[in-house]
Amino acid sequence: MMIQNSQELKEHEEMRSLVAELLYQLADDDFLIAYRGSEWLGLAPHIEEDVAFSSINQDTMGHAVMYYQLLEEIGEGKVDDLAHGRPSHYRKNAVLLELPNGPGHYRKEPEFDWAFTVVRHYFYTQAKKVKVDSLKDSSYKPLANVAVKINMELYYHLMHWKTWFHQLLSSNDEARRRMMAAIEKVCADFGGVLSLGPNGEQMAQHGLIEGEEMLMRRWTHEMESVFESLNLSFPESFGMKHGDGRKGEHTDHLVEATATLSEVYRIDPAAAW
Amino acid sequence: MVIWEKVRTDIEAALSTVKDPEISSVSIVDLGMVEDVQEENGEVAVKLLPTFMGCPALDIIQKNVEEALLQVDGVDEVKVSFIHHPPWTSERITEKGRQGLKEFGIAPPPKKLEQTGEWKVDCPYCGSPYTTMENIFGPTACRSILYCSSCKNPFEAMKPVSTML
Repeated sequence: MMIQNSQELKEHEEMRSLVAELLYQLADDDFLIAYRGSEWLGLAPHIEEDVAFSSINQDTMGHAVMYYQLLEEIGEGKVDDLAHGRPSHYRKNAVLLELPNGPGHYRKEPEFDWAFTVVRHYFYTQAKKVKVDSLKDSSYKPLANVAVKINMELYYHLMHWKTWFHQLLSSNDEARRRMMAAIEKVCADFGGVLSLGPNGEQMAQHGLIEGEEMLMRRWTHEMESVFESLNLSFPESFGMKHGDGRKGEHTDHLVEATATLSEVYRIDPAAAW
Repeated sequence: MVIWEKVRTDIEAALSTVKDPEISSVSIVDLGMVEDVQEENGEVAVKLLPTFMGCPALDIIQKNVEEALLQVDGVDEVKVSFIHHPPWTSERITEKGRQGLKEFGIAPPPKKLEQTGEWKVDCPYCGSPYTTMENIFGPTACRSILYCSSCKNPFEAMKPVSTML
């Protein structure tokens, strides 16, 4: 069944709640990774990267806004409230995306880990690409339209992270060692990224997005050749070491991140910006 | 008596005075952002296509469209909305828009992409095809930074954005 707009969706409550759940996952994922990325501003390895990474974060935050707008259209509340006002246990992002960039704080003694950032962003962006490709055929037309739009910007993001991944793993011994440690750390929580949560099967049955297994297969297909070309063995498993974000399980890092991010919003939630 | 045909012409003229806030030589019409304009009894509804989603200029553009149209005799109310379908692509930029970008020192996006996804851009200053990409990402979401090997100028280019990517 193809649903053309939000009015039509509101007549099918089961479908409406599935669309909402999927949108929360997509929106919160982009919102958190864009925030973690923006903490690198002024700290990236060189000035070209600072320019590029800022642009990517800005795009990604724009994607989160689009998803939050779709949620507003189906009666979930106002965009700003959805982004800033929801407590942690209502958030549906994968836990991997809320983990800090490394020890320290962006304003004080940041000892951020660039290898972890490259691996997390590359793995995430490829997963996002797989999902967005699938969403282009979503049975909820407004979501399919947004996917077409996001896909065009995603092309450049993916190319960017793939380049870093290749270059650092083909560099000297220290770079390779640090990248391999980062891969291990990311894999321990990457299971959460490709998860569609407790109702993933119903989402697939309703044609909102393909099932987890298919998404995983497509992601693996893209990544295997990259791993092979770099003489790396493909990871055996992907876990959810720090919790299952799709079920609202999160770390204290998320509480801190959203508190920082929503500082201005909370001064006056009714203000128009 | 209000002559509605004149109002419509004035609306079109007013829209082409709304420039990209970051590129003063190009209007939103030339960028291909205006998808639909409906006018009925002084109420105007404008549908715009956003270029890049995270672009902070979108709010400013919306405000400027409202202000420009409210100046038009016969227009009492303006509603501006951003829609995602059809998606904006860089092919929507008009010939006049491409000229305007060049005047500003920004190379227009390539009209055609190679099969490999590579793109070639001529220098907006000297027209030389001998250019190199310095950074796909530039000062704004829609621009890249390049360098001209002929006239030795760094310059910016509008990123090609296509559903083919």
